[in-house]
Amino acid sequence: MKSNFWQRVDGIVRSTTPFFLTLVLVVFGQVPLHIPGFAEVAPILPLMAVYHWTIYRSDLLPASAVFFAGLLQDALSGMPFGVNAAVFVSVHMAVMSQNIFFQGKSFLIIWLGFSMVAFGAVAMIWALNFIVFAAMTPIQAAMVQYLVTVGVFPVLAWLLVRWQRSVLAQV
Amino acid sequence: MKNRKHLGLHGLTQLGTGGVNRYGYIGLMLVAFALMLLGKADVVVMERVRAHVIDGVSPILDVLSRPVASMDRIVEEITALRHLRDENEKLKIENQNLLEWQSAARKLSKQNDQLKSLLNFAPMNDPYFVSGRIIGDTGGAFVHSVLVNAGKREGIAKGQAVITGNGLVGRVQGVGVRSSRVLLISDLNSRIPVVVEASRTRAVLAGDNTDHPRLIHMPPGAIFVSGDRIVTSGHGGAFPAGIPVGMVSTTKDGNVLVKPYVQRERLEYVRVVDYGLKGILETMPSQKHSGKAK
Repeated sequence: MKSNFWQRVDGIVRSTTPFFLTLVLVVFGQVPLHIPGFAEVAPILPLMAVYHWTIYRSDLLPASAVFFAGLLQDALSGMPFGVNAAVFVSVHMAVMSQNIFFQGKSFLIIWLGFSMVAFGAVAMIWALNFIVFAAMTPIQAAMVQYLVTVGVFPVLAWLLVRWQRSVLAQV
Repeated sequence: MKNRKHLGLHGLTQLGTGGVNRYGYIGLMLVAFALMLLGKADVVVMERVRAHVIDGVSPILDVLSRPVASMDRIVEEITALRHLRDENEKLKIENQNLLEWQSAARKLSKQNDQLKSLLNFAPMNDPYFVSGRIIGDTGGAFVHSVLVNAGKREGIAKGQAVITGNGLVGRVQGVGVRSSRVLLISDLNSRIPVVVEASRTRAVLAGDNTDHPRLIHMPPGAIFVSGDRIVTSGHGGAFPAGIPVGMVSTTKDGNVLVKPYVQRERLEYVRVVDYGLKGILETMPSQKHSGKAK
C-alpha cells in the first residue's frame, strides 16, 4: 500500500517535469550571457520544449500548460502579455494537427519540422509586436534569432530525448 | 505509459490530447488576444502584474546569473593578461592626457564655484542612487530590456535614470519589491530628449531595436558630424541634463545614428539614480536611500 502511494507520487512528479522543464527554459533564456550581440538574437528555448513535448508527450504538456509558459515568457521578456502565449498555443495546435505525421519520423524530419514551425512562430511574434507597438522590429535581427533557434534545436532536443527516455520512461 | 491511467492527471491534461480540442485552443487564443488588448488599455495593471512575476523569479535569476558573470570575468581576465603590455603603454599615454585634463578641470571647477557664488546660484540636490546587478537580459530581437536585482525596497521608482560609469543605460520601466525592469535606450519604445554637447542642437533619441538608435525631431538645417557627443538635454523633466548618451556614428540621407557609450553585453552593475526631478513619469519613491549598494 505504502509503496503504491509513493509510486503514484513519483509518477505524478515525473509527469509534471515536461511542464517544469519548459518553465525552466523560459527562465534560462533570460540569463545574461555577456556575449557581444547575443542578447538580441538569443534562441527562444521554450519554443523548442513546446515543440518537442507536443510531438512526443502532448499528454504531459497540454495547451493550457503551454499557454501558461507563454505568459511567463511574456512577463519576463517585456513583450506585451499574450504574445508568446498566443504563439506557443499556435505551435501546440500546429504540431498536434500533424501529430500522426511526426510519430516515428527520423530526427532530420523533426528538425525540418521545427525549422518550419519556428519560422511561423518568429513571424507571428514579429507581427504581434508590430500590431501592439505599431512599430517594426528590424527583420534581420528576428531572422538571425530564428536561425540561432533552429541551430540550437538539436542540442536541446538531444537533452530532452535523454530526459524522456530516462525520467519519463515509466510514466 | 502503463501508469498513466492512475496518475489522476487527466483533468489537467485533457485539453489538447487525443486529437485537437478546437474549442480549447480558440478559448486560449481569445484569452491571449484579450490580454494584449488589456495591455494596451491598462498599462499600469499589466506592468504591476509583470513586476510581481519578475519579483517571483528574480531570486532564481539572481543565482543563475552569478556563475555566468564569474565565467565572463575569468575569460576577461585571461584576455586582459594577453594584452597586458600593449594595455600598459596605452594607459601610460592616457594617464598623461588625463592628468592634463585633471588640472584643467580643477581650474574650471574652482572658477565655476566662484562664478556660482557671484550669481547666488541655487545648487541642485545631490542625487540618490542605488546600485544593482543585472540578473536578466531579456526580449531577444523584440524588446531591449534588462532586469536589475533592486526594486521598491531599495527606493527605486518608475522613470528613474539608469546609468553606468560610461553613460546612460535607459530608464526604469517597471518596479517590483526586489527587482526592476529597465528599458534600454535602444528599445523600440525608448524616446530620450537629447542635445549635441558642442552645438546644443536638440533632438530626440529614438530606439529602433538595433544597436544604433537614431535621432528624430531634429531642427531643420541642423548639422550633425560623426563623433559628436550626445548627452541628455533634460527636457521633459524625466532625466537631468548632461548624462552622456553616445556618439554620432553615421549621418546618411538625413538619418543620424548614435552609437551608445554603454554596450548591452557589458552591463553587469548599474546605478539607478533619482535626481529628484518630477518628470513626465512622475512616481516618486516614498523612501530614499542614499548610495545604498546591493
